[in-house]
Amino acid sequence: MTAEAPAHTEEHHTSTGLSNEKLAMWVFLGSECLLFCGLISTYMFNKGRIGDDDVGPNDVFDIPFTSVSSFVLLMSSLTMVFAVSSIARGDLRGNRIWLATTAALGATFVAGQVYEFTAFYSEGLGFTTNLFGSAFYALTGFHGAHVTIGIVMLMSLLVMSMRGNLGPERAETVEIIGLYWHFVDIVWIVIFTIVYLFPQ
Amino acid sequence: MATVTPDSPDTAHAPEEHASAGGHAHPSNWLYVKVAIYLALLTAFEVFTYFETVHGWGDTAIIIMLVIMMLLKFFLVVAFFMHLKFDSPIFWRLFVFGLILAMAVYMVMLTAFRFW
Repeated sequence: MTAEAPAHTEEHHTSTGLSNEKLAMWVFLGSECLLFCGLISTYMFNKGRIGDDDVGPNDVFDIPFTSVSSFVLLMSSLTMVFAVSSIARGDLRGNRIWLATTAALGATFVAGQVYEFTAFYSEGLGFTTNLFGSAFYALTGFHGAHVTIGIVMLMSLLVMSMRGNLGPERAETVEIIGLYWHFVDIVWIVIFTIVYLFPQ
Repeated sequence: MATVTPDSPDTAHAPEEHASAGGHAHPSNWLYVKVAIYLALLTAFEVFTYFETVHGWGDTAIIIMLVIMMLLKFFLVVAFFMHLKFDSPIFWRLFVFGLILAMAVYMVMLTAFRFW
């Protein structure tokens, strides 16, 4: 059994007794709610604003494909918590494997989104085709950009770990990036339900 | 030797929480796996509502069901994967404040544009 992280269990010496970095991440995630709520409400407002002959959600959405993508992103949250718990235990090899797995699952999701966008475009739905298209690409595109930034952060952690710069004493760094990753996941939980599954 | 199994034999029957990094309790890996199973099942139910078999229930019933399942999934990830259930309540308050503010602002916006 691996040891607990020895250098990370003491109280933080801040006025709140909490980690400032973690506090900052939660404030940032709270502010991100404003961004995504704005994009989601814009989509809800505009999704029905299409002409009779325009391409709409029912013409392009491929629910089985998107369901698999959603499942992949959900499971990446599981591998991310394994990455956090493994570094907290001092299991560096396990941490690297779970970080790489999370990044790979995230990349699979982004690849699926690129494929989906390409398929929608070939079916006649461009960014400027109608208000539905603009709102849809803006919302899912912003989310995809967030996932991509998350992958870059995970790969940076992996490189740090390979170079020996990511030990148990920096478990909180992995936890904070994990918070960002899970946030991206919960945003997709909302997008998948409202955009793809709500009756059109 | 380092292990990467989510539920190694020495932790398989451990209590579901243990103190760890950051000075707060972390759930065991088995609890994370259980949460992931619930998430997968909820997603399967959500996708099930898309198919013809449930369309006779009416759009309102389907939307209510989907919203309930979405909120359950949201809560599971935030509480367990993001550790808010085990962490300082300040983090919970900060996040919920941002979330409620965002929802209130855009509910007002949608109402102003006569969306409902």
